[in-house]
Amino acid sequence: MKEYNINHLRELEAESIFVIREVAAQFENPVMLFSGGKDSIVMFHLARKAFAPAKVPFALMHIDTGHNFPETIQFRDELMDETGTRLIVRYVQDSIDQGKVVEETGFDASRNKLQTVTLLDGIEDLQVDCAMGGGRRDEEKARAKERFFSHRDEFGQWDPKNQRPELWNLFNGKKHMGEHFRVFPISNWTEMDVWQYIYLENIKIPNIYFSHEREVFVRNGNLLSVSDFIPMRDTETVEKRIVRFRTIGDATCTGAVESEANSLEDIIEEVAASRTTERGTRHDDKRSEAAMEDRKKEGYF
Amino acid sequence: MSDKTSGYLDMELLRFTTAGSVDDGKSTLIGRLLYDSKAIFEDQMEAIEISSQKRGDEEVDLALLTDGLRAEREQGITIDVAYRYFATPKRKFIIADTPGHIQYTRNMVTGASTANAALILVDSRNGVIEQTLRHSYIANLLQIPHIIVCINKMDLVDYSEEVYNKIKEDYKRVAEKLNIEDVRFIPISAKFGDNVVDASEYMDWYQGSTLLNLLETIEIVDDRNHQDARFPVQYVIRPQSDKYHDYRGYAGRVASGVFRPGDKVKVLPSGLESTVKSIDTFDGELDMAFPPQSVTINLTDDIDVSRGDMIVSIENSPKVEQEIDAMICWMNERAMMPRGKYTIKHTSNEARCMVRDVKFKVNVNTLEEVTDDKLVGLNDIACITFKSAKPLFVDPYKENRITGSFIMIDEGTNETVAAGMIL
Repeated sequence: MKEYNINHLRELEAESIFVIREVAAQFENPVMLFSGGKDSIVMFHLARKAFAPAKVPFALMHIDTGHNFPETIQFRDELMDETGTRLIVRYVQDSIDQGKVVEETGFDASRNKLQTVTLLDGIEDLQVDCAMGGGRRDEEKARAKERFFSHRDEFGQWDPKNQRPELWNLFNGKKHMGEHFRVFPISNWTEMDVWQYIYLENIKIPNIYFSHEREVFVRNGNLLSVSDFIPMRDTETVEKRIVRFRTIGDATCTGAVESEANSLEDIIEEVAASRTTERGTRHDDKRSEAAMEDRKKEGYF
Repeated sequence: MSDKTSGYLDMELLRFTTAGSVDDGKSTLIGRLLYDSKAIFEDQMEAIEISSQKRGDEEVDLALLTDGLRAEREQGITIDVAYRYFATPKRKFIIADTPGHIQYTRNMVTGASTANAALILVDSRNGVIEQTLRHSYIANLLQIPHIIVCINKMDLVDYSEEVYNKIKEDYKRVAEKLNIEDVRFIPISAKFGDNVVDASEYMDWYQGSTLLNLLETIEIVDDRNHQDARFPVQYVIRPQSDKYHDYRGYAGRVASGVFRPGDKVKVLPSGLESTVKSIDTFDGELDMAFPPQSVTINLTDDIDVSRGDMIVSIENSPKVEQEIDAMICWMNERAMMPRGKYTIKHTSNEARCMVRDVKFKVNVNTLEEVTDDKLVGLNDIACITFKSAKPLFVDPYKENRITGSFIMIDEGTNETVAAGMIL
């Protein structure tokens, strides 16, 4: 029966396409969250596959902290043009200006946590009933317990003790007014799967994932990119290093790794040999043991 | 590209579930599989070392790797299904890690619903106990195709072949009673790694595979149903563009069987017949589609098809029924209402239903059928008859895990309250 074999990437792809189509069928006004990082790029690619030859029947939504890598924004805009996709951008700066959130201060200040408020406001204003995200269960231990279809109450909160059981591929997206869902189509993918799939499908990604020379400085063992958003301590010094990014998030809390990998093959081999998780470069997860769990309960991605 | 990179592109996916309590060493076994297959990273290891120190443990507790939420770490319990991932050059694995306490039958059922294989842990000092029976019953109820009985803590019984054989014989009687077809046995020590990834130095008498080797090689392709062509329509694709203005494609995932262009098909519930014109994907047309592929089917005739309909083989159709018998597992704290009305989700179809009768409940510890207690509460397994407001297109769960399964939803709370398997 070899002829009915399917490899793991095609099986994951089929599952994700199924989930994305369920969203389009079960919700009135879904959006797909898009950060310009590799996971959201893969998720969007899967969405295009799910509805071809039609266009993707929902908008993408970017929660912009204002602390971006310029390469990511340029990449995002080109991709939207090329595919004719509608993009909604909501700015954390607006939430700050409206006094809804207060900007953190100090050297380690980050807008990462503030994004939650901007996101929930966007969901409410636009009457979004489902926001798809590129979260993966292998990323972090609180995410390991997340459902494909994750119910959020009217305050946008996640209650990990009271999740709906999820059986077979039968997804229950029923909700009351004011509630919404977060759906994670690539739940079952690992970092390695994502890279292999990008390679297999020849998907374009921002060039900062590849090796390049960059001005960086060391903080808490992370290599942070020199930028206007991050105040440096007197003891910290700027160095030029050959680096790349394993994840792309808010520039204030995403560290680079030293790497010579400048092709997808190189990256795949680097990931295979790596002894740390990609979240190891994320400053935001190190704040406490349950940092992600707490943020998720509040309504984070 | 090097062989190393290309090798990663051609692995199969195997999903398995683990059943056993903390005392059986389940978390340790999972920790061991992840650790020995190098799926645990330095920063994760560091994090659990720090946690272990904080709690004053003397050794690093591998179980901490699989305890996700703060409440669980504080109470030392697992409250929900967690998913773990690891890969070897042969396969990618997804573990549905479910707690084994009696009150968590619902979690085991959840984890089992998508599994290709189940690991059932037996403590070699205790042998086959009530809990083993319960886990095996559920694995079989959910029709997990392969059962692997891991006889653990062999180090505590001097790696005795006699103990192993006794447990094996006891379990075979259970398997026979439950009609479990494929069951395999492995003597292991999760704590020391014997026969988990590497063969044991202490059990020369065991000639079989290690656990990882078995997981890498169990044949799973044939577990899927390639006989009965079933395609639940999930979404209708109608591009509003000049180039494709007449295009009408039916998007969905092949539930079972094989579809090829030219195949004669029938659409349920209308019963109208047509022919598969093409099987479309983003990457072009396919010669055939089989489970679990997600594709878009085009028919030669312009007939009305929408979400919830099913495209099936003309020779072999599911039953079209409104009065259905099923086994259910109740998953909600609010007990099932006698003659209660619920919403059923079955493939891409949805219907209201009314529970007509509770035929019996199953005592999962003794496997007896109980007929004098009709109250179906949390974690109960029962045989019911329900009537749906419109016809459903069903196959027995034993023949088709996709067209034979459904969930029940409470119309007031919207919660998923039961998992069902059609008889």
